[in-house]
Amino acid sequence: MSTIDINYAAKLARIGLTDSEKGRFAKDLSTILDYINKLNQLDTGQVPSTSHVIKLQNVFREDKVLDSLTTDQALDNAPMKDGTSFKVPRVL
Amino acid sequence: MGLNELTAHEMLAKIKKKEICSHEVVKDIFKQIECFEKDINAYVFLDKQASLNQAKARPAGIPVAVKDNICTKGKPTTCGSKILSGFRPPYNAGVIQKLEASKAVFIGKTNMDEFAFGSSTETSCFGPTRNPWNLKTIPGGSSGGSAAAVSADQAILAIGSDTGGSIRQPAAMCGVVGLKPTYGRVSRFGLIAFASSLDQIGVITKDVEDAALLLNMIAGHDPCDSTSVDLAVPDYTQVLRAGVKGLKIGIPKEYFGRGIDREVEDSVRNAIKKLSDLGAECREVSLPHTEFAVSVYYILAPAEASSNLARYDGIQYGYRAKEENLLDTYFDTRKQGFGREVKRRVILGTYALSSGYYEAYYIKAQKVRTLLKKDFDKVFSRYDLILTPTSPTPAFNIGEKINDPLKMYLSDILTIPVNLAGLPAVSIPCGFTASGLPIGLQIIAKPFNEEAIFKCAYAFEQNTGYHLKKPEIEHK
Repeated sequence: MSTIDINYAAKLARIGLTDSEKGRFAKDLSTILDYINKLNQLDTGQVPSTSHVIKLQNVFREDKVLDSLTTDQALDNAPMKDGTSFKVPRVL
Repeated sequence: MGLNELTAHEMLAKIKKKEICSHEVVKDIFKQIECFEKDINAYVFLDKQASLNQAKARPAGIPVAVKDNICTKGKPTTCGSKILSGFRPPYNAGVIQKLEASKAVFIGKTNMDEFAFGSSTETSCFGPTRNPWNLKTIPGGSSGGSAAAVSADQAILAIGSDTGGSIRQPAAMCGVVGLKPTYGRVSRFGLIAFASSLDQIGVITKDVEDAALLLNMIAGHDPCDSTSVDLAVPDYTQVLRAGVKGLKIGIPKEYFGRGIDREVEDSVRNAIKKLSDLGAECREVSLPHTEFAVSVYYILAPAEASSNLARYDGIQYGYRAKEENLLDTYFDTRKQGFGREVKRRVILGTYALSSGYYEAYYIKAQKVRTLLKKDFDKVFSRYDLILTPTSPTPAFNIGEKINDPLKMYLSDILTIPVNLAGLPAVSIPCGFTASGLPIGLQIIAKPFNEEAIFKCAYAFEQNTGYHLKKPEIEHK
C-alpha cells in the first residue's frame, strides 16, 4: 500500500486542506499511486525520456518592439491594487 | 426545422443563395437555449444582445461556442473555477483571433470540468452539464458543455480542448464529431494551461465536413505560441470525398475486450466491417504498452498542472481570501478557490515532482511515454490509421463515479495514449446503445495527417448516417 504525506505535499503546493480533505485525499492518492506503481513492471534503464512530442528548439523572431499590455490592462483583474502596483498583504 | 439545426456547411450554402443570414440563425440558437439551457447547463456565459449585434454586422458569420478555458477579451473566462471568478482577459487567444478573422459569431462560453480536470463535467463550479440524450447522464468531459451545446443545437460549432480525451470522449457520449488535432497544429496561446505538453485546442461539430471547415479556420502557426508548428495548412474540406479504398487501418487488440462495454465493442466492430466493405484494409495490430498509458498520464498531467496552477495565488487576478499575511493568503485562496478534484491533482503532481520521488515517478513516466510513442511509430510505419472505441462505456449517470477518482480516470483509457504521443484523432458517432445513448468511434493518424482522418471519417459518416439522429430532449 503506497502512502503519501498529505501535510507535506499540501504545504509544498501551498494549498490549505480541511481535516476531512486530508483523510480523504490520503486514501484516494494511495489508491492512485498503487495503480501508478504498475510502471515498475517495466525495465526502462536504457529508455530515453520524452518530455515533449515535438522537437523543442529556440524560436527566434526579429528584434522588433511589439505592443504589450498596458499597466492598466495588467492591473485590471487584480483583487487589490495601489496606483501602478499589485497590493499584497504583509510578508512578515 | 429551426435554423439552429443546420450544420455550418448547410448554413453557408443557404447564405450563398441569400436564403438566410447569420442573424436569423443566432435568433433560433437563442430560442433553443432559452428552451433547454436550464435542463442542460451547457453555457456559463451568454450575452444574447451582443451575439445578435455581432451577427447583424457579420451576415455570413458562423455561430461558435467557446470552452471557458480559452481567453476571450473582455468576456469572462473562468475555467469553471471559483478561483477565476470575475476574470476578464485583456486579450484574445490565438484561436479567437483566427475566428474573428473568419468573421465567426461568438455565442458564449461553455461549461467544463474545473481547469479541465475531469471526464464528466461534474467538477465545474457552475454545476454539472447534462447529456441532451438523457438528462440523468453526464455529457462526458471536460469539454462537456461544448459537446452538449452542439448536440442540443444550441450552437452550430464549438471549440474545446483535449488533454487526455476531453474533446473526443464528450463528443462520443453526446453523439457529435470531436477532433483533437496534432499537437502544434493549433495555437495554444490564450488556452489556460492544464498540462502544457498534452493540451491541444480542437473542434466539436455536428458532422465531419464541419470539423474540416472549423479546423481550416483555427489551424496554423502562431508566433505567440513557441510550440505552434510552422507548417502549411491544407484545405481539409478538399480531401473529404477521396474515399477509403486502399487505406491501411490497424485495429489494436489492446483496445478491445476487458473493461469495454459489449454494446460499444459491437458497434465499433460493425464500423470496422463497414470500412472494410468500403475498401479499407483493416488488420489487427498491437500497441503493447497501452495498459501503462493511464499511469503515465496521471503522473505527467498532474505534475505539469501543479506547476501551471501555481499562478493562482490571489495576487494578480481572480479570487483572493482575506488574510493578514501573504503566506496565509496563498494557502487560503487556494483552499477556498479550488474544488476538490483540482486540489487532489495539484497535490498528486506536487508529490510526483518532490525531492525523492521525482526520479521514481516523473522521470519513469517520461520514459514509458517514449515506449508508448514508439508503439505508435511502429504501427504507423505500416498503416495509415488506427481505429478504436473512443470511450470504454457510453455516458454514465451523474454522480456514479464522482467519488471514485481512479474509476473516473479510467474513463479516458482509450483516448489518453493519443495525447501522450501528440497524435491527431477524431471521435465520430458509430451507433447507439439499446437505451439510446450514442457510441463513438475513434480514428487516429500519424502527426499532421489529419487529412487521412477526414477521408475515413467522412466516408463512414456518409455511408451510415448515425450523425443525422438528434436527441429528443426532455425537460428535467
